Amino acid sequence: MSVKRKISSHPYIPNSVPEVKAQMLQEIGIKSAEDIFGIIPDHLRFKGELNLPEAIVSEYELTKHVEELLAKNKNCKEYLNFLGGGCWQHYVPAVCKTIMERDEFLSAYVGEAFADHGKWQAQFEYASCIAELVDMDMVNTPTYDWAMACATTVRMASRITGRNQALVATSISPERLACIKNYAFSIVPDIVQVKCDPHTGLMDLEDLKAKISSKTACVYFENPNFFGVIESQAKEISRIAHENGALVSVGVDPISLGILAPPSHYGADIVCGDVQPLGIHMYAGGGLGGFIATPDEPKFVAEYPSLLFGITPTIEPGEYGFGEVLFERTSYASRDKAKDFLGTMAQLHGIVAGVYLSLMGPQGMREIGETIMYKATYASRRLGKIKGVKILFSAPHFKEFVVNFDGTGKTVKEINKALLQHKIHGGKDLSVDFPQFGQSALYCVTEIHSKKDLDYLADCLEKIVS
Amino acid sequence: MGIVKIRNFHQAHWDEPIIFELSTPGLRGVIPPAPEEEIKNEIGDVLASVPGAIRRETPPALPELDQKSVLAHYLKLSQETLGSNICNDISEGTCTMKYNPRINEELVNLPGIAEVHPWQDEETIQGLLEIYYRFEQFLKEISGMDRFTLQPQGGAHAVFTAASIMRAYHRDRGEAGKRTEIISAAFTHPCDHASPATAGFKLIILPPGENGYPTVEAVRAAISERTAGMFITNPEDTGIYNTEIDQFVKMIHDAGGLCFYDQANANVLLGIARAREAGFDLCHFNIHKTFGTPHGCSGPGLGAMGCRDFLAKYLPYPTVEFDGAKYFLDYNRPHSIGKVRQFLGPMGVLLRAYAWIMTVGREWMKEVSEISAINHNYLQKKIQDLIPEVEVPYAKGRRRFEEARYSWNKLTEATGVGTDDILRRVGDFGIQHYWSSHHPWVVPEPMTLEPCETYRKEDLDEYALVLKKIRDEAYENPELVKNAPYKCAAHKRADEASLDDPTKWATTWKAYLKKFGKK
Repeated sequence: MSVKRKISSHPYIPNSVPEVKAQMLQEIGIKSAEDIFGIIPDHLRFKGELNLPEAIVSEYELTKHVEELLAKNKNCKEYLNFLGGGCWQHYVPAVCKTIMERDEFLSAYVGEAFADHGKWQAQFEYASCIAELVDMDMVNTPTYDWAMACATTVRMASRITGRNQALVATSISPERLACIKNYAFSIVPDIVQVKCDPHTGLMDLEDLKAKISSKTACVYFENPNFFGVIESQAKEISRIAHENGALVSVGVDPISLGILAPPSHYGADIVCGDVQPLGIHMYAGGGLGGFIATPDEPKFVAEYPSLLFGITPTIEPGEYGFGEVLFERTSYASRDKAKDFLGTMAQLHGIVAGVYLSLMGPQGMREIGETIMYKATYASRRLGKIKGVKILFSAPHFKEFVVNFDGTGKTVKEINKALLQHKIHGGKDLSVDFPQFGQSALYCVTEIHSKKDLDYLADCLEKIVS
Repeated sequence: MGIVKIRNFHQAHWDEPIIFELSTPGLRGVIPPAPEEEIKNEIGDVLASVPGAIRRETPPALPELDQKSVLAHYLKLSQETLGSNICNDISEGTCTMKYNPRINEELVNLPGIAEVHPWQDEETIQGLLEIYYRFEQFLKEISGMDRFTLQPQGGAHAVFTAASIMRAYHRDRGEAGKRTEIISAAFTHPCDHASPATAGFKLIILPPGENGYPTVEAVRAAISERTAGMFITNPEDTGIYNTEIDQFVKMIHDAGGLCFYDQANANVLLGIARAREAGFDLCHFNIHKTFGTPHGCSGPGLGAMGCRDFLAKYLPYPTVEFDGAKYFLDYNRPHSIGKVRQFLGPMGVLLRAYAWIMTVGREWMKEVSEISAINHNYLQKKIQDLIPEVEVPYAKGRRRFEEARYSWNKLTEATGVGTDDILRRVGDFGIQHYWSSHHPWVVPEPMTLEPCETYRKEDLDEYALVLKKIRDEAYENPELVKNAPYKCAAHKRADEASLDDPTKWATTWKAYLKKFGKK
């Protein structure tokens, strides 16, 4: 793989130059690093050499090696992509990339708000932009992803209400459901799913009414839901929850919020979602970051596990400074007595989402929402006209929709294999997670798809199923 | 040898407004694509299908700016941030702030990863799965564990994953309500207490003995039939290697518990000592520390969590497998704890770390640890030679490995200048403010420095000279140090209490305007 060679020092390890190393050992007063490691009992020492590949010390050779590996992937520039479901292909503006690439942000960590002032301000501005989008006053520094964000809201709701059951819509992402079940388990062991109306794709309100009780800490649903369906009964769901003393947590795709009402307007107490659509590439699922927003009331604020960056004056008149709000809540301050835990999460992605929202502004967010709505609606109509293919769920959808292939006699797996021959990544196969919907797939259409792309998809599908 | 000097530094100080204050209605930063006319004509008013109650009535009050203004604003903010690729960031001890190679940023932005969807057909992500698989083999070799998951996005997340696995293990043995206690140590990272607590465990946190870690007797006394396991670091944040670690592990095992090794401080143990030889059942690496990937202002990171064979069935799904010809994902894992994050994990971090290991390779891996240890011991000697007030409590006479928890207590007693003042003052010399300690401070007036392998001898010399200068200032002009910094992007906070006051705190511009009105 690599060209074997002797080098006088490794480019990443400057003190590996033998003369420097020797001088340092002499100044310490030891002969070798073994004089430091010698304290490790012999039976705990690793003997021999690690069985790792030989070093590729040449940057060019490393690049070739990684390029060869990545060439085995069929990326979404080469292939048309219709996969979404929590990681979406959107256009990433150049300025977002430039800022994400800055070494200052990229390689900073937990520096204080003096020498890392810019990082704190960028993070505060990110939270401020999300706050406008969801129309709520308190926003966290991002957690790992939407799944951990919604699971966190369930724990927050449990602590606020003192209850230990959560009602969760069936129409949420199965991966997010799996995270909720594991993450919330210790205080919310009882996760009950509320049915989805098989015709409209909306929540079955009768089922909600039957299941909600004085044990319910919160009702969690997504809007648009995992199937792309716009939950138009949101206000009614909130009313039912509140009547029973439960909180309402809503997961939302932030790129929809230029045209769809923010959940706070239909009764949500807590809002969460993912920042990935806001100027961050998919990175094979690596581009995620979860936001949480609530009213700016102590009963909510006290239950966040996240760092909360607050604006505060400095000793220099007129200067903005920043600091941690209610730091004692966090596990950095209070360890096992804290509200859950925190750590290295997804702050860089938060900063980039702030850049994106500042570039887009209110007009851009409205326009992109409309564009996505137009294109997804066009695609679903086009596909719905193919013989044997039908669009499940009658309610309006945003960005994603469920295509059923039962009438074609073919499985989604077969269809997707055939689509690959046409250089298309077909929609996510739902037949395992949602067998009740037969051979169905979740298709995602965003602003990056042209009419030509959508027509090509429809033409290919037509050929495959006929 | 390169030059060593105390810098006459001044950070960029742009006095930059909050971005909302730069807004002018009508300005546009970027224009998104529009739907084609044919589509518009065919669909008509697409928003008409959205029920009124769910339609946005008032646009979000986002800032409105031209593109150059947005770029300039964020470039200014970046200049007001001291990333570790720029400055001498020996400061953030326990964080392993090493060089994050530029080439890895280029690699991660290749379309072969940046433009890949994680749910693509396995055939179309063979390169990604191969990198995942190969990286797992590297970590198995480095730790001696049998399997790894790369799903968690940070260290605390990996620790939570381990706690979830312990919970499932005891449940399957019919001891769910019985094994409720986790034993840990005071100098172990806070997440080793918070993450198991989040998973439902009660923590028993043992104080340090004279060597800086709990005594064998203290561990024995804490063990009972309620013991679910132990979460511990070695070396802990003191940099002291626990020579009795395998005895701790054996005692916990004998009592029916499991042992998790937090390897956040693994940078000094690569090819030196492993989790397996000490008997651990589970461990994790902070990939964004030890394996050279950027910290990103605190994420995304990667908390790779490993375990022995008998626990592998509990790992989050999917795992990545290889049948000799192709790589595939295994979702059929009925004993799995489920998921801790969507998809496969932070794959961008994985790719960078893979490239880092390939660059270091077997020839240089141990050198990383040796130089880390030499760098630390050199810096400690420099500091203690120059500054007699600095102490290194616990384990007298024992060498620290990759970092130390120093104490400024003597200086504080003599001058009234404390570590919180000194750490601000170092910023005036172009050095990131240093890490004192996690809470609660066990060591008085603490300072924790970690000069990992990517720093030059000159960086260490400069750092020690800066600390000496501040020590002298503490005697000559304590107020100077107490009111620092002066030459950083921002000054000392004027009202710490406001951050705990609901009438004054504001985490968003919206909340700020409501509480303080427009400036």
